[in-house]
Amino acid sequence: MNQQPGTSGLIFNEPLLWDKSCKGRCAMSLPKPDVERANLDESLTGDAPELPQLSELDVARHYTRLSQWNFGVDSGMYPLGSCTMKYNPKTNEVQAARQGFAAAHPFAGDKFSQGALKLMYNLEQYLAEITGFDAVTLQPAAGAHGELAGILIIHAYHAKSGKQRSKIIIPDTAHGTNPASATLCGYESINIKSGENGILEPAAVAAVMDEDTAGIMVTNPNTLGFFESNIKEIADIVHSKGGLVYGDGANMNAIMGVVKPGEIGIDVLHLNLHKTFATPHGGGGPGSGPVAVVKALEPFLPIPRVEKDLDSYKLITDSPDTIGRLHTFYGHFSVMIKAYSYILSMGSKGLSDVSKLAVLNANYVKESLKGTLNLPYDMPCMHECVFNDEFQKEHHITTMDMAKRLLDYGFHPPTVYFPLVVEGAFMVEPTETESKEYIDQFIDAVKAIAKEAKDDPEKLHKAPLLTKVTRLDEVTAARKPCLRG
Amino acid sequence: MKEISDLNLPEDVKYTKDHEWAKLDSDIVTIGINDYAQDQLGEIVFVELPEVGDTFSEGDEFGSVESVKAVSEMYIPISGEITEINEALEDAPELVNESCYDSGWIIKVKPADVSELDNLMDKPAYLDMLKG
Repeated sequence: MNQQPGTSGLIFNEPLLWDKSCKGRCAMSLPKPDVERANLDESLTGDAPELPQLSELDVARHYTRLSQWNFGVDSGMYPLGSCTMKYNPKTNEVQAARQGFAAAHPFAGDKFSQGALKLMYNLEQYLAEITGFDAVTLQPAAGAHGELAGILIIHAYHAKSGKQRSKIIIPDTAHGTNPASATLCGYESINIKSGENGILEPAAVAAVMDEDTAGIMVTNPNTLGFFESNIKEIADIVHSKGGLVYGDGANMNAIMGVVKPGEIGIDVLHLNLHKTFATPHGGGGPGSGPVAVVKALEPFLPIPRVEKDLDSYKLITDSPDTIGRLHTFYGHFSVMIKAYSYILSMGSKGLSDVSKLAVLNANYVKESLKGTLNLPYDMPCMHECVFNDEFQKEHHITTMDMAKRLLDYGFHPPTVYFPLVVEGAFMVEPTETESKEYIDQFIDAVKAIAKEAKDDPEKLHKAPLLTKVTRLDEVTAARKPCLRG
Repeated sequence: MKEISDLNLPEDVKYTKDHEWAKLDSDIVTIGINDYAQDQLGEIVFVELPEVGDTFSEGDEFGSVESVKAVSEMYIPISGEITEINEALEDAPELVNESCYDSGWIIKVKPADVSELDNLMDKPAYLDMLKG
């Protein structure tokens, strides 16, 4: 493992399928018709949809080549802070592909879907146990959707209590989607600054919390990678004025099995199954953003809900205070199977080991690189650590230059320029699934790049040099986007 | 990025702590972001503008500037009504980088109370703030 993974190699060009199309070429032979030809009425016919005409080999080669341009956790370390790009065990895919699940149909009805309903019910129970809440919905499609669900629940709670409120408090170390969720629900975001040590101070919350404020949205651990250790006191301040505490659980990978958010004053929390519970992100499959709530908020959860009645399971929609339906059927079921598989594979000790190792790995990166990159907040971190480019400024090298150069070394770059509280942020989240050997390779790569910043800054300005396409002109792409081929 | 001593900070405009500038011409105040702000943001790719006729109070957010690195809000230095917006920025946001006090101006405002301009900083005071 002394060698860095990045190297140059033969990469294939591949045109668009349209450019490969050849009239009359086809990937399948249909059987000869064994019934008499019957023409459709002309009013029902029209031009056939335009599709590229290709052989099976054309298609196989096309997608194989495109897949070789890709970079994923299966090809290398992906330390994208705030996104928890951990390895997703393949057993999860095997379970989701089981015929009974893969061929299940949402219109089959409760009677013929008992296995699927049982899985959803049990997954809700597991997530409630892990987070320390009373009830869970699995319906939201992803994290930001879960946030929206959570704030709609808070909105519905205040409406039910007879007086709607107009504002919501959001610290500068919260996730960027939080103000968007609040705005969508009609709340004005009241932004507050975190204290000098990167965490929220109760006095800052007390200064703005009033009886027209619906609550606070706290990301814990926050986007600097620190645990909000004043959370109980902050929750007391918010509760004393009748507000609720929303917890953004996107960073749950740092505290799973160690801290239960439901026991530290949080009233509603979303989870990202595609972060913490090892289901694929983005192109690897849809996300899933379950929401967990305290007892008082349970009546507002979206419908349908899964209920257990003796030994059978059913979906119920009779829930007068619900915020309604957020998704077709019951959300992204195949993602739930993968998370369920993950939880059962890991067990309770395994899940708490995940968080402990994620925190250990992040602190190892932080300590190993703090002389190489500037560390604006030098304290023990949780699952991620935030550096910046202060040391490299004298060589006119930015975070962006270093991130681009990491591609040449075979690593996905970390999150850059976020959180906004750190100028030129370089935010590393190694996750628990990277071994010490892989993490050392990453650390060595960053150190080598910092040396290049001194010795050969021009190389970094041009990086990446080994990738299929080199430095892209992001400014022109943003100013004059070409949205059609 | 520029050193503070290299910044272009004209004497005939007023500055805010959030790095906007404002200049009174007869009864209309022209507002933009200053050289420090455009330099820190880097190449600007989009400017979100208010609409003519919108009214704001001093300190309100009136739009945002987006670079490849980040989106930053702009805060209005004076209360009043928008009389004109720089429509050229829609197709050429780079004007803010190239000419932040001239063709890269952002809005023009008919002030509700011109004396609010007295709350802003002149060049020496703004420089002192930057130097901390």
